[in-house]
Amino acid sequence: MSSVTLKNIVKRFGSFTAVHQTDLEIPEGAFVTLLGPSGCGKTTNLRMIAGLLDPTEGEILIGGRRVNDVPIHKRNLGIVFQNYALFPHKTVAENIVFGLKYRDIPSSDIPGKMQAALDLVQLPDVGARYPKELSGGQQQRIALARAIVIEPDVLLLDEPLSALDANLREDMRVELKRIQDQIGVTTVFVTHDQSEALAMSDHIVVMSAGRIEQVGAPQEVYNNPSSEFVANFLGASNVLEAECLEAGPKGAVLLTTLFGKVHLPVEKSLRVAGAGPAKLVLRAEKLQVMKEGSAPEGMITAPATVETVDYQGQTVRYFVRVGDTQLQALNMIDDHPFAKGSAAMVAFRPRDGSALAGR
Amino acid sequence: MSVEAREKRQPWILLSPALTAITLLLFIPLLFIFVYSFWLRTATGADEIGFYLDNWREALTDAFYRDILLHTFKVAAITTVVCAMMGYPAAYFIARSKGNKPLLLLMLMLPFWISYIIRTMSWINILGVSGALNTFLLWIGVINEPIQMLYNEATVILGLVHFLLPFMVLNVFVSVDGIDETLEDAANSLGATRWQAFVQVTLPLSLPGLAAGGLLCFVLGAGTYITPLVLGGTSDAMFANLVFEAIITQLNWPLGSALSLMLLVVLGALVMIYNRYLGMAQLMKGLG
Repeated sequence: MSSVTLKNIVKRFGSFTAVHQTDLEIPEGAFVTLLGPSGCGKTTNLRMIAGLLDPTEGEILIGGRRVNDVPIHKRNLGIVFQNYALFPHKTVAENIVFGLKYRDIPSSDIPGKMQAALDLVQLPDVGARYPKELSGGQQQRIALARAIVIEPDVLLLDEPLSALDANLREDMRVELKRIQDQIGVTTVFVTHDQSEALAMSDHIVVMSAGRIEQVGAPQEVYNNPSSEFVANFLGASNVLEAECLEAGPKGAVLLTTLFGKVHLPVEKSLRVAGAGPAKLVLRAEKLQVMKEGSAPEGMITAPATVETVDYQGQTVRYFVRVGDTQLQALNMIDDHPFAKGSAAMVAFRPRDGSALAGR
Repeated sequence: MSVEAREKRQPWILLSPALTAITLLLFIPLLFIFVYSFWLRTATGADEIGFYLDNWREALTDAFYRDILLHTFKVAAITTVVCAMMGYPAAYFIARSKGNKPLLLLMLMLPFWISYIIRTMSWINILGVSGALNTFLLWIGVINEPIQMLYNEATVILGLVHFLLPFMVLNVFVSVDGIDETLEDAANSLGATRWQAFVQVTLPLSLPGLAAGGLLCFVLGAGTYITPLVLGGTSDAMFANLVFEAIITQLNWPLGSALSLMLLVVLGALVMIYNRYLGMAQLMKGLG
């Protein structure tokens, strides 16, 4: 188990810069997710940690040791690839013990370790089978067993769940987190799926266009995004132009055209320094569509017209028009949603908004 | 007609042009050859129609034919091994190269645009007494008079390798190209060096391609008569040269027919034996 540090990492492919000047500290034992859309550099970072790519500039440290010149087979990493990369001509058992043969492990210990790995992924009886004979989810577990049986210093997961169908993906998400908790290995997880990132991570590293946008605990990244990009990548947000009237230890007051003055608490206004242009971020989930006049005390409201209704059973996604702006609201409902075209109002609690510096 | 009936007929309809061609151009001539092989060539030069086993007796019992058959297999085997050793790295390189794969494959196919006979004859211009190599060696003064480098077993093998290498490369290329590169990454990440990863993962997975390429090289090599004719000496005749000799030179069609069928049966048996192992290798690949 080791920490991982990226120091001033830059990766260029010809004239294209895939990763700009990146610093990142992944603490020992943590589950850290690199989250971003495709092409944001998250996989490039993972491949550099793995030793499958050389950084153009900067240093990579694993457990405090510089590994830039350490070839991949000496880094002692467990990697789970997107397509599992199980050896098709070897049985499950042969796949799992593959990495043990290159380590100083007495051959009498090998069967025990292999069985323990199979037990850990809850597939104790498949050792004699070939990968092709297993389902996608089972292959996924075997790939994980193969990666952890070598007791790696760091576990690297490259979108391991993306090839599974939705239900299985959610099960494996829980399973993967359970296994990681159990063995406590430092884990770097790459995904473009925000719910995976939120559910599994100790820290989320949100990336965009080769740069780190925000690093933080899931709740922090979700509730207090540092940029418009982060606000929109983790779920849907409404970002409104605003004028910051004052900001200080008592929070900030933002003036918006749609909602007038909004008083944000201090922890939601850390990103505005003082008076000046700003932005108000309202998560779609926090914006309630209500009957006119039914908003509880303390909520900020504005009259709205429902334009689009995307009904999903327990939840409904509304696009509503407030003034000349279209806002998105994702609400839980237990009855009928508002009809398209009906008049309603939108409401939110001031503490559910957050502020960004403007322009 | 029901859908099932149409679906059952469709393959036969689609196969019929090919089946017609194969029947007319392969099976029927082969049948003629089979019948010919029981006729007898008389001293007058006329063929006597009948059922004589003389040609077969001669072909199967004369040590001369057996020795040449063994020599043919030896030359084909050496050629196949050389092709495998030269062709595998090249195929692997092309399959794993980034970007210019189509160009590399085109370059590989380029020799096919020139007649095989011309390609074989070109070695005379390179290795002949007044060829390029001798001229160069004379010019730099390493030798005082030209050396005869042609017309031996080595030049026959050289010519065959020149002819057959692309077949090997293409077959290995197709199979290596189909192997997921992340398998090697995975092996590396588990502690295998690049060489170990190759030996443990890529090589076994590419064996079907190597086997197919090897079989093709061996069969084509064992059946050739042009290369030994152009580049071999008097003692380098291969089995197909005997057929050529019997039919074209001596006009002894019955004996030539028996000899050619003998080669066909032996190579056919070899293909079937090979196919058993190849079939198993394919099964292994099918698991992936």
